[in-house]
Amino acid sequence: MFEGESVQVPVGPQHPALKEPTSFMLTLQGEKILQIAVRLGYNHRGIEKACEERTYVQGIYLIERICGICSHSHATCFVQAVEEIVGIQAPPRAQYIRTIVAELERIHSHLLWLGVAGHEVGFDTLLMYSWRDREIVMDLLALLTGNRVNYGINTFGGVRRDISPEQKADIFTRLNALEERTKYYVSVATQETTLINRLRNVGVLSPADAVRMGAVGPTARASSVDRDIRRDDPYLAYGEIPFKVITADCNDVYGRTLVRVGELMESYKMIRHALEHLPDGPIAVKAPRKVPAGEALGRYEAPRGEDVHYVRGNGTEKPDRVKVRAPTLANVQAVAKMLEDRYLADLPIVVAAIDPCFSCTDRLTEVRRADGPSSVLHWEQLRQYGIEWHRRHGIDFSKLNNSFRCPEDH
Amino acid sequence: MSLVKRVVLWARQKSPWVLHFNTGACNACDIEIIAALTPRYDLERFGVQLKGTPRHADVLLCSGPVTHQIKDRLVRIYEQMAEPKFVVAIGTCACSGGVFQGCYNVESGIDQVLPVAAYIPGCPASPAAILDGVVKLLASLDPANAPKAEEAPKAEDPAVPA
Repeated sequence: MFEGESVQVPVGPQHPALKEPTSFMLTLQGEKILQIAVRLGYNHRGIEKACEERTYVQGIYLIERICGICSHSHATCFVQAVEEIVGIQAPPRAQYIRTIVAELERIHSHLLWLGVAGHEVGFDTLLMYSWRDREIVMDLLALLTGNRVNYGINTFGGVRRDISPEQKADIFTRLNALEERTKYYVSVATQETTLINRLRNVGVLSPADAVRMGAVGPTARASSVDRDIRRDDPYLAYGEIPFKVITADCNDVYGRTLVRVGELMESYKMIRHALEHLPDGPIAVKAPRKVPAGEALGRYEAPRGEDVHYVRGNGTEKPDRVKVRAPTLANVQAVAKMLEDRYLADLPIVVAAIDPCFSCTDRLTEVRRADGPSSVLHWEQLRQYGIEWHRRHGIDFSKLNNSFRCPEDH
Repeated sequence: MSLVKRVVLWARQKSPWVLHFNTGACNACDIEIIAALTPRYDLERFGVQLKGTPRHADVLLCSGPVTHQIKDRLVRIYEQMAEPKFVVAIGTCACSGGVFQGCYNVESGIDQVLPVAAYIPGCPASPAAILDGVVKLLASLDPANAPKAEEAPKAEDPAVPA
């Protein structure tokens, strides 16, 4: 290729690097990435609309299937929002059980990520090791909830299954085994020079960029952005369970590995603490079938970052509107930044490092009225429209910096 | 059966290369497929290998109810595979649309778009079920086995480590 000439390479939607369909249009100059455009939407199934056609109880099981990896996150977030509208609160024992399942889910998600990250850098032994160990936590989830994935443990006003003393003992034994293995992964992550050299200074995201791009979860925490909903806005039993928010100042993929491995160790401690202090009492209170008019916002620190659910009730059995903002949508902006001027070979690990979940993210839709006048808004116009809408509602966004630009349309 | 046919059948049964394609699934079946390939369940002991391109694959593992966005891509990937090719629908959504039935952006299952050789239900299909389905599919390739497919070798129950 001649100097200065650029070439466009499409990657996806079916590609060996990630298990989910997503498409990247890369503009390359030699091995260097000049520009990257992400195309989402292959997994869009229309869940938000489907929620409006189903009752709230059916909605829990539908919402749970937004994502098979962080299913408890979505279900809990939704349930919390609805409980807020109704004005009921799950009893303390239920809150603790939800917390235990949430942390088990974080363990399974982070172990899964560790394996995928190993696979992306050609360290398949790590994939096989961590997925073998992940089966221990999958067994625990199956033991507690009856299913390996999509646990179905939440209901309005509490949980559907209690934890028996025998199960408790079982969790302690298996957690010890997991903790032993995780210590080994910590030593791999901090001592294995091949892995460290492959991950250092790859996918760099400065703290300022992380804030500006709105990164969440481990992606933000690896860039020294100390942000964790579990501590900042405690929900479930997190207000009563002591834990450390793990951050790293490496700003790269290596930092994201350290944060996730560190969070694994914290999760073991949190589950032990929660089990030891598991309050007695009922596991659920009765919830009405009809939800009064009102709106609520649920926030939840999913394994990938902050998950937000907005629910609006209208006094019937079915919600008026459900809106989901999954953590990957917040992080995917940062990926384009991380890959600018980087090598093509870094693409798989940098994309994998935010732990993307496109089935969570694909919520966007374009509505075109066949009968009415249609209009196409450009990014600037849309932004202006948003600023004016908020100004009419008493919020002034015009002073925010102007640097958020979407890639030029082709 | 001629010797050549027997050798071809033997080769086909002993090394089915699979391609995994997410057709709009929630990830649950996808991670269970990977779990089936990793040490606890170890689908690779049957010669199954996960491949990156449809041109190398004999079996297409689909998970998900087929969104409208993915439909054309799914057909295109299927057309790129070499004959003989088999499609396995993994999970309830892939079999029938499941919980997403009636959503405005999905078809109801893989068989609306492609001929399906094996259905593996479950939400998500557990790795043990995926193992069982794949082994049954392989056994059914042998014409001698076809009428009594239920006697196909069962996948052994994976032992839980102490």
